[in-house]
Amino acid sequence: MRISRIVLAAALGGALATPALADDRMKTVAITAIVEHPALDATRDGVIAALKEAGFTPGETLTVNYQSAQGNPATAAQIARKFVGERPNVIVPISTPSAQAVVAATRDVPVVFTAVTDPVGAQLVRSMEQPGGNVTGLSDMAPVGDHVALITEILPNARRIGVVYNPGEPNSVTMVKVLKDEATARGLTVVEATATKSADVQAAGRSLVGKADAVYVPLDNTVVSALEALIQVGAQADLPIFSADTDSVERGTAASMGFDYFELGKQTGAVVARVLKGEKPADIPVRVASGTNLVVNPAAAESMGFAIPDSVLGRATKVVGK
Amino acid sequence: MSEIAFFGAVEIGLVYALVALGVFLSFRVLDFPDLTVDGSFPLGAAVAATLIVAGSDPWLASALAIVAGACAGLVTATLNVRFRILHLLASILTMIALFSINLRVMGRPNVAIIMQDTMLTPFYGLGLPDHLLRPLFVLVVVAVVVALLAWFLTSEFGLAMRATGVNARMARAQGINTNLHIYVGMALSNGLVALAGALFAQTNGFADVTSGIGTIVVGLAAVIVGETVLPLRALAWALIACVIGSILYRLAVQLALTADVIGLQASDLNLVTAALVAVALILPQLRLRAGKAAARGGK
Repeated sequence: MRISRIVLAAALGGALATPALADDRMKTVAITAIVEHPALDATRDGVIAALKEAGFTPGETLTVNYQSAQGNPATAAQIARKFVGERPNVIVPISTPSAQAVVAATRDVPVVFTAVTDPVGAQLVRSMEQPGGNVTGLSDMAPVGDHVALITEILPNARRIGVVYNPGEPNSVTMVKVLKDEATARGLTVVEATATKSADVQAAGRSLVGKADAVYVPLDNTVVSALEALIQVGAQADLPIFSADTDSVERGTAASMGFDYFELGKQTGAVVARVLKGEKPADIPVRVASGTNLVVNPAAAESMGFAIPDSVLGRATKVVGK
Repeated sequence: MSEIAFFGAVEIGLVYALVALGVFLSFRVLDFPDLTVDGSFPLGAAVAATLIVAGSDPWLASALAIVAGACAGLVTATLNVRFRILHLLASILTMIALFSINLRVMGRPNVAIIMQDTMLTPFYGLGLPDHLLRPLFVLVVVAVVVALLAWFLTSEFGLAMRATGVNARMARAQGINTNLHIYVGMALSNGLVALAGALFAQTNGFADVTSGIGTIVVGLAAVIVGETVLPLRALAWALIACVIGSILYRLAVQLALTADVIGLQASDLNLVTAALVAVALILPQLRLRAGKAAARGGK
């Protein structure tokens, strides 16, 4: 029993050692991630960088606490309780399990989550538009809306967007659903072609010739692994191929937009700054991180029978082949 | 450490106390080193969360989680008893298979039940703050489990199970069906671990396929810390020691989380936790030696 008393005494000592609440000018942001990971670490650094830009300087007007659960959801739950108990101005959980642990632990401390692909499915918020409660944040889903806008900017006459995907991949199914919403909002129609294995991708692409004005490739492991087959169809039939990921542009799709996780963190940090300045999380819609990296491949576009306009070329962050 | 953080640690410690009790059954009572728990913990969480999302009653969902965990334990026991696979390997096989099964059960890597009704929902409106209500609820569950286990392990059947673990040959010579006791013990052990998973999902709002990683380590640490701080041989005390060990382990983690005050980094967490638990294990030995030295000095 003596040891338990010693540990308890140490625990109480820890309680006393916790610094008293800082004064009003000093804001506190508590950041937690499920694990150390290059993408998640970059997100955290982006949050801090954006807060600095917004005038909250760490050490002067801002205290940043950071904890990693080192891959363990039980520890994530404990970190959530620790942060809620310290009552910071905002808690920023990075990744789905960390966000769920924090949201389950508090109903009043403001929460701005990030790097969560499906915030509604993860039950962090009831809806993207009206999060309600004390929670808002950013999703790291691919910016499908930005992609559709990019396609219509490059091909103003495109009316029918084809999509090749594997219906067995949940991510792809979600993306195609979002694509349909985004396309409908712009008066476009979506033509689907499915491929359940990489050997079917070429046939699926051919089935779209004459039915679609452009083809969109979502983040689909099956299709992306057989991308060259699809690009070949595009070159033969003058069918423009666009991809959701920027890496595929180097392999021969015409263009794409994306973000890196530092950028995601910066966009999150901007939302955190708004909350620190007094806005209520309930009033800030949850949104998908916007694409900032524009990658284009003019040679690929030419082989598919169209040219990328100078306006797009001019703001590209990367031009393949140059 | 704030009040919320302190009771949060106690709550998670109490949830993992059920893991410690399960590990106590397999490692200590049956002498069966069982790693299945790394799979049966998330299995319990997955079954409970999936059923709750499907609209099932949370109590029924938790009961079925226990049944699922018990089945996992039976698979390990069957591989070992019937097919003579080494116990460690048998449990590793079940554990890795459960990763895929848990994904199948949930249909995705993570199921959220933050907005669903859980076993705790009816109690949230009673005026007690959430951060006190949750540990209290889990404490009641753990107390019931400890009482039932204490009764079971001192019954004739339970005594035969303990004899199986101590000396299987001797037990068989006394007419005990040792295989039956391994089956029942393993089912019970993994059922308890699955119950812990179901409670974790309901108190924290999600089931995640990765939540089983390291469960055996936490369970074993709790059992051993408990034995060290409460070295009593009576069975009821040994069970209570598991619970206390589990809470102490979580307080050590919570303490490690505040270690940035003394200049340590977030990434040092696991190291600090290990060091604190090591200290908890070493201190009683020092006390013993000091006592012996004092006794010698007195002569």
